[in-house]
Amino acid sequence: MSNSGSLGLLARRYQTIVFALLQRGALRDRKVIFPMTSSPRRPFLLEFEKPLVELQTRINQIEELAEESEVDVTPQLEQLETRYSQLRQEIFTNLSPAQRIQVARHPKRPSTLDYIQTISDEWIELHGDRGGSDDLALIGGIARIGDQSCVMLGHQKGRDTKDNVARNFGMASPGGYRKAMRLMEHANRFNMPIFTFIDTPGAYPGVKGEELGQGEAIAYNLREMFSLEVPIICTVIGEGGSGGALGIGVGDRLMMFEHSVYTVASPEACAAILWKDAGKASQAAEALKITAPDLKRLGILDQILPEPTGGAHTDPLATAETLKNALLSNLEALRQLTTQELRDQRYQKFRSIGVFLES
Amino acid sequence: MSLFDWFANRRKAEPTQQVQPERDISDGLWTKCDSCGVLTYTKDLRANQMVCLECNHHLRIFSDQRIEQLIDAGTWQPLNDDVRPTDPLEFRDRRVYKDYLKATQSKTGLTDSVRTGLGNIEGEPVALGVMDFRFMGGSMGSVVGERLTRLIERATAERLPVFIACASGGARMQEGMLSLMQMAKISGALERHRAQRLLYVPVLTHPTTGGVTASFAMLGDLIIAEPNAMIAFAGRRVIEQTLREKLPDDFQTAEYLVQHGFVDAIVPRTQMKKTLAQLVRLHRLPASVGNQGATSGAPIPNGAAINGMLNGNGFVPESSQHHEVSGARPGLEDAEISTQLPR
Repeated sequence: MSNSGSLGLLARRYQTIVFALLQRGALRDRKVIFPMTSSPRRPFLLEFEKPLVELQTRINQIEELAEESEVDVTPQLEQLETRYSQLRQEIFTNLSPAQRIQVARHPKRPSTLDYIQTISDEWIELHGDRGGSDDLALIGGIARIGDQSCVMLGHQKGRDTKDNVARNFGMASPGGYRKAMRLMEHANRFNMPIFTFIDTPGAYPGVKGEELGQGEAIAYNLREMFSLEVPIICTVIGEGGSGGALGIGVGDRLMMFEHSVYTVASPEACAAILWKDAGKASQAAEALKITAPDLKRLGILDQILPEPTGGAHTDPLATAETLKNALLSNLEALRQLTTQELRDQRYQKFRSIGVFLES
Repeated sequence: MSLFDWFANRRKAEPTQQVQPERDISDGLWTKCDSCGVLTYTKDLRANQMVCLECNHHLRIFSDQRIEQLIDAGTWQPLNDDVRPTDPLEFRDRRVYKDYLKATQSKTGLTDSVRTGLGNIEGEPVALGVMDFRFMGGSMGSVVGERLTRLIERATAERLPVFIACASGGARMQEGMLSLMQMAKISGALERHRAQRLLYVPVLTHPTTGGVTASFAMLGDLIIAEPNAMIAFAGRRVIEQTLREKLPDDFQTAEYLVQHGFVDAIVPRTQMKKTLAQLVRLHRLPASVGNQGATSGAPIPNGAAINGMLNGNGFVPESSQHHEVSGARPGLEDAEISTQLPR
């Protein structure tokens, strides 16, 4: 099989990277189950979804039995189906922060390009930072929604191992942030609103990144995004990892999907530093207050976007519709402001974040 | 690390272990250089601003000494000392953040990891922020964000240049996302300061990393660093673990950043005050030169020493074109210069 041969080659070539990522915990929570053992409808199962699988197996068994023995089991089946949806509802309304991270990193979770292609009527992807690189981990371009032209950009994770390697697992390099800034300046010149989508474990930590000024690239964006005169709406669609997320995250509105997370440092890194034990990641996730409701309470987040039960990946089209409506209604509100008001409000929004005592 | 490296390191490590324990004097009269191990009379070392007289190593100093070294005596006017940290997340790791804060405050006598204020540098009024690595590794939480933002806003209102001496391990995890957002808050304030065409210069000292590097440390109109300071976005260990390869020795030093174009000049501590004052004078708007020139305490230095120093680090364009910065070397050049100057 040529397919498995090339896969093996790929695996060997990038095993160091993948292994290192596993070490760092970037992929640890991606519980990917190979090969698919249960129904093809739910190929990627997370740890806490196990009770659901068990229930589903029982339903399947009863269905099979019913077919063989011709006994009417419809009431029992109905009961089990209701139990199934109840249990699912229960599990997903009571997710712990660590479990939410798993949903946010779910391999099937809709990505930036999925959302852009679904919500826009026209879309042209643009490339390059005009400084010698084009980062595939941070993509952007010009789109149209109805009669509104806009610039959309965001972190892009890969769909499979090969794609993920090409996109560096959504970890943008300095070139990515500079490309993003170039596109945002373009939007500013042509009076287009800016929609950014955040989905990254963090900015790329590597020799090349340091050499090209990862810190400078992010810092520059933070400052210049305050100077833009068009509405900026930022949405955390998956995981918002630290400075790498904030580098395209300074806007007039910050929205987050229900199961998205936004962290100052990955819980794995935090656990390793503060607990001196990377195994304490779930405790760190709890303590760091990374979920949408927590961030709303802290005054960082403006709006939580609901997801279908089971996460965005169970119904990507409905999720995209939610996102589109939220973007358009927020844009409508921001369009009422003068340029000066817009910039002042953006400044005040960030100016007021922080909790301290003062006598 | 490969097996060979392990053996190589082992061989290297053994002899030094035997030499070290003899010199350990703790009464504070003498200070041992972290780099060359030479003992120096502490008074002499202090007179040389805690720069080793033997090897020119810059020993770590903290906010009180830094302020004393930069600001004219009697002109320091601290701001917002009453802005104090609290525990918004009720964070606990192996210890409770609230208790940790209290313990650190009583140990260091500081209220948080940055001090801000107004003062004069050679008679030039400036706004200065100084981070202090003693306080939880100089980490940036809500208080650092608020104090620096207020400082920058004050400087914007009073049309003052801003200097921030950075020394930080990054964002303070115990305050979670509130810490991350301080990066944006401070950057926003800097944007307003910049829009008024006012000068902002961060002074990067050892170490400047993480969220500080990815915000105000890299946003200077000009960026100055102390010799050999570690300046990084992601720490060396993280990168080594991710890539599994050995990094060059000078990786992420100030000299490395000069080579890659992210720092304008490396200025030894003994020259720092003079250089900052010089920068303020050079940036004064032409229209106001006439009436403000008289207020400056010292004449503009035109000695070869200062020019030589700046040339050495590629500060002056015409001479830097044919001057190759040699990485680890500029520090030495500066050492020779600093000994020529009167202290």
